[in-house]
Amino acid sequence: MRYTQELGKILNKTEIAKGTFDVTLHSPEIANIAVAGQFVNILCDGFTLRRPISLCGFDSKKGILRIVFEIRGKGTEWLSRLQVGDNMDIIGPLGHGFSLIDSSKKAVIVGGGVGTPPLLPVAQFYRENATVITGFRNASAAILQGDFEKAGAKTILCTDDGSAGIHGFTTQALEQYLNENECDIIYTCGPKVMMRSVARLAENHGITCQVSMEERMGCGVGACLCCVCPTKDGKGKHLTRVCVNGPVFSSTEVDWDA
Amino acid sequence: MPDMSVKICGISFKNPVIAASGTFGFGMEYSEFYPISRLGGISCKGTTLVERMGNPTPRIVETSCGILNSVGLQNPGVGRFLSSYLPRLKKQDIVVIANIAGNSVEDYCEMAERLKDSQVDMIELNISCPNVKQGGVNFGVLPESVAEVTAQVKKRSDKPLMVKLTPNVTSIGDIAKAAEGAGADALSLINTLTGMRIDIKSRRPVLRNNTGGLSGRAIFPVALRMVREVYKCVKIPVVGMGGISSWEDAAEMMIAGANAVQVGTANFHDPFACVKIIEGLGSYTDSLGLKSITELTGTLSEW
Ligand SMILES: Cc1cc2nc3c(=O)[nH]c(=O)nc-3n(C[C@H](O)[C@H](O)[C@H](O)COP(=O)(O)OP(=O)(O)OC[C@H]3O[C@@H](n4cnc5c(N)ncnc54)[C@H](O)[C@@H]3O)c2cc1C
Ligand SMILES: Cc1cc2nc3c(=O)[nH]c(=O)nc-3n(C[C@H](O)[C@H](O)[C@H](O)COP(=O)(O)O)c2cc1C
Ligand code: FES
Repeated sequence: MRYTQELGKILNKTEIAKGTFDVTLHSPEIANIAVAGQFVNILCDGFTLRRPISLCGFDSKKGILRIVFEIRGKGTEWLSRLQVGDNMDIIGPLGHGFSLIDSSKKAVIVGGGVGTPPLLPVAQFYRENATVITGFRNASAAILQGDFEKAGAKTILCTDDGSAGIHGFTTQALEQYLNENECDIIYTCGPKVMMRSVARLAENHGITCQVSMEERMGCGVGACLCCVCPTKDGKGKHLTRVCVNGPVFSSTEVDWDA
Repeated sequence: MPDMSVKICGISFKNPVIAASGTFGFGMEYSEFYPISRLGGISCKGTTLVERMGNPTPRIVETSCGILNSVGLQNPGVGRFLSSYLPRLKKQDIVVIANIAGNSVEDYCEMAERLKDSQVDMIELNISCPNVKQGGVNFGVLPESVAEVTAQVKKRSDKPLMVKLTPNVTSIGDIAKAAEGAGADALSLINTLTGMRIDIKSRRPVLRNNTGGLSGRAIFPVALRMVREVYKCVKIPVVGMGGISSWEDAAEMMIAGANAVQVGTANFHDPFACVKIIEGLGSYTDSLGLKSITELTGTLSEW
């Protein structure tokens, strides 16, 4: 049995930016087998569909999971009202996560907005060999910078309005970084337009790149084919399930022009 | 414990709960939660002669108490269904129903031929597909085309044939009678109801396909009424579905006249939905003092 349903008791909840919540859950079975880049599907009372949220952290010894989510609509709004001591009904760990190659390699990690949380475990793997470039609307929306630094990674913060860090997009910072530094592998999660540019830059520099895709989901386990994303390989073009074959794909597998 | 097994056109199911087509893949995904041999049966994802890519995304949107989907029959084609999916599924002790679809009567017939010597236990004919020859109108909406496709497939098939009715019709009773008259061994209903959602910011439909099929709890009362209507019109067994999310819903469906039920969208909400429904139905049947769950079917006394 690869999947578990657990009632994860909320141990901690902090609003780390306006409308963005950092939650730790007691969920020993899922925490025991989770890997970076996987997600859980969370039940929201009164809604038919569960909400997919990436794992920002997991600790098999303590049996805890960490998720960071932003209020985007009614489901996440409901989730944000849960309090410490309440249970979250979750299924997981779901999906195919990031491949973590060799922690002595130089990794560049590019996150946009709430695409950033699943990248924290990647930074914790590469530690001082990781450079984390993240982009947010403004200074007050910037999250997890302290966590990345604690992992030993270098951070480059970008904001759309220049209220903190570099005034500009992550892709501009990435381009500059790649021109001046060594890099063996790139990991990215965020808005599709951003990931597409990251994938292009990686390809131009001949660097392998892993992207974490997002799509609307039904079952979250591969049974309904609602969550497909266009991919390509030697055999042609396909529509591939994000919830099982992804969310993490190789950037060259994704058919960005479809 | 009461006897939970049911028999539908000669096929024995260990209990009356079947996973609904399109919501349960080819069974393997949910077997990562529990042994799917606990189910009565599984109706596989709608399969066509050749592989289909399906529609572009978004393919799903939530609605009040339900969802709309526009997957568009993405499937590996009957060849790969037979060579790779079916053998794995048949290792489980579970009734396997092949859900077949096509754009012409010939497509359906060829599908039936391909399944002839296979290990498939039963065929479910998905007639909510556009009939290319008749200007794209669904097979399922006209009694004549329902009768035609049912009769032709029946001639070319050696498997029990269950015809799955679409609710997007004026008189479901007439359609049911047409299928029965043409030789259907059982009927299943309902498929999804056509619906739509609009993004008011972009003023575009949320689904890339513009419209989609409504399923989930929202459609349960409609499904129940239609199952009742069909039960009263035909003598062949009826498999009821549409919005069943609890054992109480399943019990209502059987009281209305269903010999078995299918559960679809509820699996997305609770991956253990089918198992909980089986357990709940068992206790309920027991509490009524019935020896067999089959005694529940059609026991409604109308006012
Ligand atoms: C694999 C994966 C991992 C994710 N990880 C995170 C995370 O770590 N933190 C975070 O804040 N968000 C994450 N998201 C996005 C998150 O799932 C959506 O923001 C959330 O589902 C919105 O639900 P809602 O009810 O608030 O919004 P509504 O717009 O009311 O939702 C309506 C429906 O659309 C779906 N939906 C809406 N937006 C999205 C979206 N962007 N992606 C997928 N489905 C969507 C909802 O699940 C729901 O079914 C992730 C999405 C995916 C696919
Ligand atoms: C995502 C999805 C895919 C479906 N695919 C099929 C299909 O391939 N063939 C078919 O006959 N019905 C298909 N259906 C319809 C279901 O089998 C069922 O008739 C309908 O969803 C109503 O039941 P429910 O409310 O329990 O889901 C699909 C439904 C959903 C939600
Ligand atoms: S969400 Fe059902 S297949 Fe991915």
